[in-house]
Amino acid sequence: MNEMTTIAKSSPKDWETDQEVRWCPGCGDYAILKAVQRTLPELGARPENTVFVSGIGCSSRFPYYMETYGFHTIHGRAPAIATGVKLANPGLDVWIITGDGDALSIGGNHTMHLIRRNLDCQILLFNNEIYGLTKGQYSPTSRVGTQSPSTPFGSVDRPANPCAFALGSGARFVGRGIDVHKNLPTVLKAAHAHKGTGFVEIFQNCIVYNDDVFAPFTAKPNAAANQLWVEHGKPLLFENGTKGLAMDADRLVLKVVDVADGDWQAAGVIVHDQTNRGLAHMLVEMPSGAFPVALGVIFDDPAPTFESAVVAQNERASEGKNANLQKLLSKGQTWMVEKEPRAE
Amino acid sequence: MATAAHQVTPEEASAHPPAESVVVRFAGDSGDGMQLTGGQFTLSTALAGNDLATFPDFPAEIRAPQGTLFGVSAFQINFGSTEIDTAGDEPDVLVAMNPAALKTNLASLKQGGLIIADEGEFNDRNLAKAKYDANPLEDDSLARWQLMKLNISQLTLDAVKPFGLGNKEALRCKNMWTLGLALWMFDRDRAPLIDWLKAKFAKAPTLAEANIAALNAGHAYGETAELAGPMKQHHVPAAPAEPGLYRTITGAESISLGLVAGAQLAELPMFFGGYPITPASAILHHLSRLKEFGVTTFQAEDEIAAIASAIGASYAGQLGVTSSSGPGVALKGEAIGLAIMTELPLVIVNSQRGGPSTGLPTKTEQSDLYQAVYGRNGDAPMPVIAARSAADCFEVAIEAVRIATQYMTPVMLLTDGYIANAAEPWKVPDTSALEPFPVTFLDEAPAGGFLPYARDEKGARPWVKPGTPGLLHRIGGIEKAAGTGNIDYSPSNHQLMTNARRDKVAGIRVPDQTVEVGETSGKLAVVGWGSTFGPIHQAVRRARRKGLDVSHIHLRHIWPLPANLGPLLKSYERILVPEMNTGQLKTVLRDQFLVDARPLNKVSGQPFRIAEIEAAIEQALG
Repeated sequence: MNEMTTIAKSSPKDWETDQEVRWCPGCGDYAILKAVQRTLPELGARPENTVFVSGIGCSSRFPYYMETYGFHTIHGRAPAIATGVKLANPGLDVWIITGDGDALSIGGNHTMHLIRRNLDCQILLFNNEIYGLTKGQYSPTSRVGTQSPSTPFGSVDRPANPCAFALGSGARFVGRGIDVHKNLPTVLKAAHAHKGTGFVEIFQNCIVYNDDVFAPFTAKPNAAANQLWVEHGKPLLFENGTKGLAMDADRLVLKVVDVADGDWQAAGVIVHDQTNRGLAHMLVEMPSGAFPVALGVIFDDPAPTFESAVVAQNERASEGKNANLQKLLSKGQTWMVEKEPRAE
Repeated sequence: MATAAHQVTPEEASAHPPAESVVVRFAGDSGDGMQLTGGQFTLSTALAGNDLATFPDFPAEIRAPQGTLFGVSAFQINFGSTEIDTAGDEPDVLVAMNPAALKTNLASLKQGGLIIADEGEFNDRNLAKAKYDANPLEDDSLARWQLMKLNISQLTLDAVKPFGLGNKEALRCKNMWTLGLALWMFDRDRAPLIDWLKAKFAKAPTLAEANIAALNAGHAYGETAELAGPMKQHHVPAAPAEPGLYRTITGAESISLGLVAGAQLAELPMFFGGYPITPASAILHHLSRLKEFGVTTFQAEDEIAAIASAIGASYAGQLGVTSSSGPGVALKGEAIGLAIMTELPLVIVNSQRGGPSTGLPTKTEQSDLYQAVYGRNGDAPMPVIAARSAADCFEVAIEAVRIATQYMTPVMLLTDGYIANAAEPWKVPDTSALEPFPVTFLDEAPAGGFLPYARDEKGARPWVKPGTPGLLHRIGGIEKAAGTGNIDYSPSNHQLMTNARRDKVAGIRVPDQTVEVGETSGKLAVVGWGSTFGPIHQAVRRARRKGLDVSHIHLRHIWPLPANLGPLLKSYERILVPEMNTGQLKTVLRDQFLVDARPLNKVSGQPFRIAEIEAAIEQALG
């Protein structure tokens, strides 16, 4: 239905709408919006073939600012709506925009099932560890002790880890980025290139209600020591190559090792394999402080997609069958009444 | 109809059930296969040319403990040589496979009616489970009825002995023995049943042979018993019917076929999002087998995802459909609001059951009318239509698709557990006579520019498929600016858009209301909707035969109501509204027309009996 036409490569401007962006000044969402608008032209994407589907929350205003098809739906349900869109037209390029509350609280069920089914789409989870649009309540990703209007004495429940949730749901692609980091488009591109659900957690700073919550690893002075950008086939190094991740073979856990003179092999540093699910689990669950935060394409191991399986089964089940409505209605045990009606 | 009043006289004891129509109730343990027996008896009845109506009545538990009162499963069928609209008030014949089945079903049996009881199951253990102090087959407690006790269990075991089945498997053939007896009793052809058994047990020929032997043995038993006891063979002549091809159909089948037909008439592929719930699941089951008709079915993770995926599919250009029952529809409420706000077509089928909460999952009620008409946040108008019978579901489903696609709106289609499960003969419609209503997608900007919330003369906005160049736009649940669809909270715009949504739905063209039976004015109108059609129809006919001035009006369109309904209702002195709820349509009629509509309510989980409505008519006119 979407005929292929050769069009000149678009520019980021082509993906902007005339709508006034209404996020708070300084919000991390601006940077993500720019990153997406920069990435799409490089993918050769076509606006009319692109659909942004969102739920409810600050992040979910996103579709209004994208010059594409867009559907701002209801709280938590974007994955379910997107599933219907993609099943109805598998040719569309579907992006889901969601937040920590939208995807992991009210919509946790749909997020899990979207991922386990492996619908071909990208899901960008803007994690700011807070409910912004409702004025600052703690969220399912808030750390224990988070003080907020609804938890004046600090939250007591333990947070969910979005990437661990995704892997536990059977994700075949898990990536992580930071709103203002230059590497974000690379992660987005990889998620898009992945056939299946591309799950991307983006650490996003809420300047009003949770400012600097990620500063321990995002602030410039902390970045080198606390960010580990993983790359397939490359050693897991950070702090300018002076530290790396190795395997503690006795305890089957990761450990941080010092790398002297760049000799990471001698230090036993692991080479990243993005198809290793076990490693991915360990990377996303590294405790903060003692370990760096793993970023980039952590896991990428494609499997058949949901919509392709549905389409294939629909075709198989229809093979050689004639969609004759009259015949369908006349199925089963039937009988003819031939006489004229009798007078009652 | 089985209208003749029974007198308990010696003559009566040997009389046949009325020749015009007969009500038979099969009752047994939920593991006894009563629904299957009833279903097959229904088919043989249809093939014999009788008009019929059925009422499957089964427990919510899949396998309730054996022999218990709450584990009884029953199937009632009313068939005859005249028009049959209900499953019948009182059975003429009760087949009781155990003491619990006898106890729970005896009260409704007609005086002088025939009980066929499997005395093999009336042992101390089962009598205790049914809370009988003494064996009712052995004392005088059943004297008001004719009793035919036979050891069906033993007779079945004898009949299937040559096949070497285990005791448990052999006893499973009891229902076929019973069916054989029933087939003999009503002079039915066994051949279609034998064919069916052969097909059903194609992979286990011994079981097929055993079941056929049981069927034949039951049939042969009837012939012998006729010579000796109260049992007689009856022939109920074929009912008059318009010439044509007929089949039996349940409401769930009829809805499914109607949706498929509607999608074809709209020239759209269909996307059905569903989540398992009784009694709505049958629609998902039927549609999942019809992929060659462009139907995609999706069993979602919950009720909300079921409707949300259907909305997504509608947005992408297919006919989105979802179906559920009351509790599931409650979960869908917010998403229905989204479909109203984004003005996308959608059909929501509610197979109503007893409520509130989990309520009575397998029993019928029509208590979701308020939910359908009013049950959403905000001013959220949505068309509501209701099916009156299994056969009617076909047309109503097409009508739902027509309204949804022509007016860009979600539509609620109300049916109920009774309609969903009950079977009736259906004259297969000629599909070439169905009026197509093809959908036109907007595929290029009209002169003057593209506005996603522009409105046509019906008040509907354009339907644009994502993938269409030049028509990029965003929709969502936030209030939309008239025309552009951009976010707009301004007071005047919200007033304007609220009015536009209201006026669009209020302006849906629905056919003028007609009178089913009676006159367009007079002393009393009985106004119904949904599955109460049968008992109201029969009660009004009976009352009119007695000379009473009463008419029957039955609504298909609940919202918006037909334009002529107000004046029509006001032309009667009194209005009686029988409903299987506490008076919901009554409230709507009072609100819309300021008429003194009086309620007649029943919420027992059982359909109205004709006599109950007849009595209310007499009282209203008394």
